[in-house]
Amino acid sequence: MSDPVLDRLAVRFEELLPAGAVITDPVRLRTYECDGLTHHRAMPGIVVLPETAEQVAAAVRLCGEYGVPFVARGSGTGLSGGALPRTDGVLIVTSRMRRILEIDLPNRRAVVEPGVTNLAITEAVREQGYYYAPDPSSQQVCSIGGNVAENAGGAHCLKYGFTVNHILGLEIVTPDGEIVELSALDPGYDLLGAFVGSEGTLGIATKITVRLSRTPEAVTTLLAAFGSIEGGGEAVSAIIAAGIVPAAIEMMDALAVEAAEAAVGCAYPEGAGAVLIVELDGPRAEVEHQFAAVERICRETGAFEIRVAASAEERAAIWKGRKSAFAAVGRISPAYIVQDGVVPRTALPEVLAGIDRLQEEYGIRVANVFHAGDGNLHPLVLFDDAAPGEGERAATVSGRILDLCIEHGGSITGEHGVGVDKSRYMPKMFTEEDLDTMQLVRCAFDPRSLSNPGKVFPTPRLCGEVPGVRKGVHPLVESGRAEQF
Amino acid sequence: MNAATGPGAALAAAGVTIRPAGPDDAVAGVAPRWVALPETTREIAAVMRVSAAHDLAVVVAGAGTTLHWGRPPERCDVLIDTCCLNEILEHEAGDLVVRVQAGVPVETLTEALAAKGQELALDPPLAGGTVGGLLAAGLAGPRAFRYGTARDLLIGITVVLADGTIAKAGGKVVKNVAGYDLGKLFTGSYGTLGVIADATFRLHPLPAARACVVWSGPTLDEILAAVPAVTASQAEPSAVELDRPAPDGPRAVAVLVEGAAAAERARAVRDLLGGEARIADEPPRWWGRLPEPGFVEPGGPSGGGGVLLEIRTVPSRLPGLFAGALARTDAAVRGSLASAVLRVALPAETDPAAAAAFVSALRAELADEGRVVVLSAPEPVARRVDLWGHVGGLALMRRIKDRFDPDRRMSPGRFVGGI
Repeated sequence: MSDPVLDRLAVRFEELLPAGAVITDPVRLRTYECDGLTHHRAMPGIVVLPETAEQVAAAVRLCGEYGVPFVARGSGTGLSGGALPRTDGVLIVTSRMRRILEIDLPNRRAVVEPGVTNLAITEAVREQGYYYAPDPSSQQVCSIGGNVAENAGGAHCLKYGFTVNHILGLEIVTPDGEIVELSALDPGYDLLGAFVGSEGTLGIATKITVRLSRTPEAVTTLLAAFGSIEGGGEAVSAIIAAGIVPAAIEMMDALAVEAAEAAVGCAYPEGAGAVLIVELDGPRAEVEHQFAAVERICRETGAFEIRVAASAEERAAIWKGRKSAFAAVGRISPAYIVQDGVVPRTALPEVLAGIDRLQEEYGIRVANVFHAGDGNLHPLVLFDDAAPGEGERAATVSGRILDLCIEHGGSITGEHGVGVDKSRYMPKMFTEEDLDTMQLVRCAFDPRSLSNPGKVFPTPRLCGEVPGVRKGVHPLVESGRAEQF
Repeated sequence: MNAATGPGAALAAAGVTIRPAGPDDAVAGVAPRWVALPETTREIAAVMRVSAAHDLAVVVAGAGTTLHWGRPPERCDVLIDTCCLNEILEHEAGDLVVRVQAGVPVETLTEALAAKGQELALDPPLAGGTVGGLLAAGLAGPRAFRYGTARDLLIGITVVLADGTIAKAGGKVVKNVAGYDLGKLFTGSYGTLGVIADATFRLHPLPAARACVVWSGPTLDEILAAVPAVTASQAEPSAVELDRPAPDGPRAVAVLVEGAAAAERARAVRDLLGGEARIADEPPRWWGRLPEPGFVEPGGPSGGGGVLLEIRTVPSRLPGLFAGALARTDAAVRGSLASAVLRVALPAETDPAAAAAFVSALRAELADEGRVVVLSAPEPVARRVDLWGHVGGLALMRRIKDRFDPDRRMSPGRFVGGI
């Protein structure tokens, strides 16, 4: 069954875009019906695959002309349904925009199209001794445009920050279909900062200037096995209290270790109640100094085994279990929910105890994997989708974990985004006034709410006209007769 | 206006300390009628509600160190002085996070954090400012090369909008992507979107050690030739600063190394610089301050005597800039060769037309690879130049301003494009 508006729009797209760039065949549309959050699905009305910013802008303008909503999609690896299509709308996919346009090492930057993968940037400059710092787990496939939309993080953002700290410029297509250049050099409001992490609701990035970082002189990775999560947690606190900011501190509990073992045979120490991975990087002299302190702290807090990676291969072996953890729980459970919540680091013990209580109360197992350095939890809530009621109980546990995070002053998402998945939790974290104020930004960019509507915010709101009498810019300035501002 | 029902009475009835403004309260020559001294976020909101009801224009002041920057406000009825918003609300050392009210002096915060072995890794180039002022002006110092600027370290904010709405964004955890990051929009917004009530920052442990490599006396060519290897060095310096008081005077470059094994890493930096570079425990006296000749402390005759510019560009443009426009004037230059952010001061006696031509020449030379912002200038200069230069996304900024402050009552006219 077809929608007459979308049919007319599809014809216009065909005129506008290169051959093969417009998809209306239901079989092919199905490829795009979900992103990494696979239990939310919707068949897009139309999929377009533009190759240039001008084509993206023209596509967005056409959507505006027909009043049809649009959703941007990169590689579709997002975990919050941010790229979930609209049945009544257009999915604009950036996968054909994957050129690295410029590498400028003297100025430590690269200019890339949004479809370029995160890892491709690092691969392009690695031999010259540079890399792109944010490293989400999906970095081999996730697109930089998606990273910008989600303000992607990764294991190493404890020391190096998030996507937003590494973006120097953007070319965006606004929801009006205008192409606007934003630069970190510009005076004025930090639109760059507001755009990164706006989950596709403020427009589409079509060109991205990223900061390149110098490869650290030394990297040391250590794995420490503890009898319990508490022991590992104590080590984390002591490392931070010693004034050390490791590149990463990751923790896995016994169940997560069991899953990783079953999936990839990571050979972590047997009998570990918790495994801690600490990575230090930087100048060799500094790393050596800090490493000695970290090793001592781990022993003092009860680590019964410590392994140190002496080579890149050994480092990869240590990380293997951690990086495979999400997928690995598929080996020990028919189904699972990946949660993403944040708590102040000092609240970790209480929150983990709370998760234990939830497991008992609901009879649901939770495997804990987390970026311990910054309090970012990724509980994996395990369930059997064939068992009646278990899926619902798992969803309840998953939601109550977020409640725990909020109660302890944390956040409902550290890096996966709000998307469709968590918009209903936004009112628990923010007041109506907070959300209305964020909506002012939305209305400034997208008064008709066509750019990824229904994401991030729980209830769609109409923007309306700006109230009050607008005095605007001084008429002399507007007419170009004065430039004193 | 009836005194019993007018704005003055309404302000007095708002439950906030209000005093009549005096001549010392003028903002870049524009005198407010009242000064409000709120002590809490709710008191700010009360002032803003009265201001909205009576169409009063509002300017916010911290310590006033940058209050004369930007254009004078088109009007100013109420000056909100944040001096009484001076509490450090929360400092959980184990979380490396602090939440502070806007009026807390930066130095007070620095001391409180140092007592716990921590710091907010911002080093604004002006002494005496407040946290709110630092945010509103978006000022960065030498160590921005390593730690980023205020927008990178701010993780949560509470603001009061023009209509009195209290809103917050972000939170008190470092990692958080829930909702729009309003803190970024308010950072560097010159008070034109609303009042910053409190801010939450991520902190860093105080560096275990530090050392500074100072090279005094080389030519600019020598400095510019040596610096790229230093900024790219795996010794990971935190800052690379230049001091060039005059085109033909003495010059120095200083490189800060922080953290474990600082001394050893400083030696590596010294070897890269070569020549006469020496290692000192502390940075030189001029470190992290605005260039001096043209700059007069606030409160001077026109709120700052000379012309102060900020150049933001990319490192590869620096040699051309120094050989070009910067060589031709008596400008004093200080700033980061690593981040390519320089502050330039012209002496107070600089001819206004010459100052304006200098700004134009800098902009022409940088084209789209840099920006030149006039941070502060005497009125005869300010009249002749566009203080902000090219602003990408200005139309979007105007739309944001229209949504946040539709009646244009928040520091009207002070910011880019007359916002």
